[in-house]
Amino acid sequence: MSTVETATAIDPFHVEIHDDQIAELRRRIAATRWPSKELVDDRSQGVQLAALKALADYWTNDYDFGRLEERLNDLPQFTTEIDGVDVHFIHVRSQHEDALPLVMTHGWPGSVIELLDSIGPLTDPTAHGGKAEDAFHLVLPSLPGYGFSGEPTEVGWYTGRVAQAWAELMHRLGYTRYVAQGGDQGAAVTDDMAHQGPDGLIAVHMNLLRAALGNTSNLPSQSDEEKAALEEIGTFRTSGFGYFLEQTTRPQTIGYALLDSPIALAGWMLDHDTDSYYKIARAFVDGQPTGGLTRDHVLDNITLYWLTATGASAARSYWEGGRATALAAGKAPPAVTIPVGFTTFPGEIFRAPRSWAETLYPTLVYFNKAEKGGHFAAWEEPEIFAQELRGAFSSLRNGRSS
Amino acid sequence: MSTTVETATEIRPFHAEIPQSEVDDLRRRLAATRWPDKETVGDASQGVQLARLKPLVDYWASDYDWRKGEAKLNALPQFVTEIDGLDIHFIHARSSHDDALPMIVTHGWPGSVFELLKIVEPLTNPPEGEDAFHLVIPSLPGFGFSARPAEPGWNPDRIARAWDELMHRLGYDEYVAQGGDWGAVVTEAMGRQAPAGLRAIHVNLPASVPPDVEAAINGTAPVPQLTDEERAAFDGLVAARKSGFFGYFLALTARPQDVGYGVTDSPVGLAALFFWHPGFATWSFGSDPNDPKSKDEVLDDISLYWLTNTAASSGRLYWEHGGAFPTSATALKVAEITVPVGVTVFGEDGFRPPESWTRRAYPTLVYVNTTEKGGHFAAWEQPELFSDEVRAAFKEVR
Repeated sequence: MSTVETATAIDPFHVEIHDDQIAELRRRIAATRWPSKELVDDRSQGVQLAALKALADYWTNDYDFGRLEERLNDLPQFTTEIDGVDVHFIHVRSQHEDALPLVMTHGWPGSVIELLDSIGPLTDPTAHGGKAEDAFHLVLPSLPGYGFSGEPTEVGWYTGRVAQAWAELMHRLGYTRYVAQGGDQGAAVTDDMAHQGPDGLIAVHMNLLRAALGNTSNLPSQSDEEKAALEEIGTFRTSGFGYFLEQTTRPQTIGYALLDSPIALAGWMLDHDTDSYYKIARAFVDGQPTGGLTRDHVLDNITLYWLTATGASAARSYWEGGRATALAAGKAPPAVTIPVGFTTFPGEIFRAPRSWAETLYPTLVYFNKAEKGGHFAAWEEPEIFAQELRGAFSSLRNGRSS
Repeated sequence: MSTTVETATEIRPFHAEIPQSEVDDLRRRLAATRWPDKETVGDASQGVQLARLKPLVDYWASDYDWRKGEAKLNALPQFVTEIDGLDIHFIHARSSHDDALPMIVTHGWPGSVFELLKIVEPLTNPPEGEDAFHLVIPSLPGFGFSARPAEPGWNPDRIARAWDELMHRLGYDEYVAQGGDWGAVVTEAMGRQAPAGLRAIHVNLPASVPPDVEAAINGTAPVPQLTDEERAAFDGLVAARKSGFFGYFLALTARPQDVGYGVTDSPVGLAALFFWHPGFATWSFGSDPNDPKSKDEVLDDISLYWLTNTAASSGRLYWEHGGAFPTSATALKVAEITVPVGVTVFGEDGFRPPESWTRRAYPTLVYVNTTEKGGHFAAWEQPELFSDEVRAAFKEVR
């Protein structure tokens, strides 16, 4: 009995960062040995030296290293062991008792940090221009191998296994009727949850059309919008795919540098997609942030990766994705039977048309094109992002008694 | 104006001498390495394994002596000369035989001139009755003691033109060229350009894969009719692509600067990247008696990249090249080569094209052979055998 109790126990969690860890990080940043400048005037060879130097300068001279601990410890955090891995999560219950439980999953190179500013609008809508019936009870887990979650020591933690763990987490928290949301890797986890259809999961919302990144052959390609999206995916696959292939094939290789050099880590994390790269670069070089993608927010996230030493383990999640794809070759997952909501943000890697979302999710009940925001929508535009979730899930709330 | 011209074509003696502070800083960084946890698999499928890299790094940080590596370079005549705006470092070892054939030999990545040192003696001072060569061994732009390009454009074609200029500047009006890895790509570019003095080329990474086979590997065409030998080579290529061996190639082609930050700031990050390369991945650093390469030799090469701060600039060659696979006949346009071509496939290299493909690919092929021993860095691994192959290939053009 005691073993079982231990395994399903939910323990409060408190972040503690020691001064010597900060001192060591600052020492390494100050001692950075830089490569020569890239030979081009854009991001086509990677993160530009001027952007990364501006980041290093702000990180050592202006960034408040106490921020990370304060921001996280202001929130109720817990850990619980699921399937052999300690899962860290933030759990913010709304004051509105009939709020809809929502498990929301971050991506790479993100973490729970990218979701923090959406907590207010989602759990306390009346203070953020919404209505009480828009409220969510929010569960924000850290993916295995990311942040304060444990690092898997065996193969097999692909997004489908994470999806099963999230269902167990919601069950363990006593939520018998809940929804799920995600972008990036979080979209993959959420998509897997939708296909698995665990008891209690009544709907999902995503802001990245995961399946289209891997295969567009079954998607309509006639309209201008569809052609533009195809072209955007083509551009990503030919010139923006380096990090993806690296992490899918040799996560340990890049891991050595990511663990040993904070600037290698920062550079690697900045080069995700063109839109977010230029937004973040502008924040550091010109001091002009876009929405919530501020210098401090970006460095909260990078500092979290550094201090938890999770550069390699997070990269490994892509390797797991590649392995899972290879193992599943040819086998289609079970059809999604629950309602699906989708939002296309204009700065995303590709602007998914409604027709694609409908093709991939015949149970699509909500589709919208947001006015602003990119790949890290919750981070960049938390209010718009929250508005999208309210819209996507409102019809389900009405049917609550059914 | 004449002084400008003289300065620009001047050949200056070069002596390698890395400041001690740089050598100390490298040791300090190695000792302060922050390691990742162990990979979650029992093989190298996630990258070089922690248990394999750590002992090498421990040795690098303690007993390894860069000055001994440096002395190996300084034992040979080295020079620098500016070509096309860039300082090019090269070793120039003349044979005592007056009728020796001048040959420019080009290294690859993650190799350097270090991979070619062991062929200097057998080729410049051969056994009685064997052919001799005057050797020119340059460092590629952005590699080792050559300067780092500060503008885009230093692709293999431009390097090939610079090499012809170098040979002329040294007074060699007739010469041959040889290379493996990137050296093969540069050498084949020279073959296509066919400058007046170039008599013939020899490569040990041939661009032999025919267009129809390449298309089948990429999944854009059905597999063509293949012999048993061709089928085995085809299966090997498909397996290699799937295994992720080419990931480093794609990462450096797409975003060399991103990889550059890590390998410039972390020597362990640099070593880990090198071990991705199929040519390095299987080496045992002397712990296997059948593997002639010692830890010191491997670390001479990695240290050269570190101490010259060329890890990022060398990676940019991939970006310049634009992603064309060096094994593809179409990508490298080898059908346009007009000078005589010799090819050796070393039997322990990861890529071993059948001779039938090589014959199809190179219209001017005069020599082809497949050896039993020797791998991707054949000159490094089997210098005597490599020298015999080069002599045999160029026999025809003497």
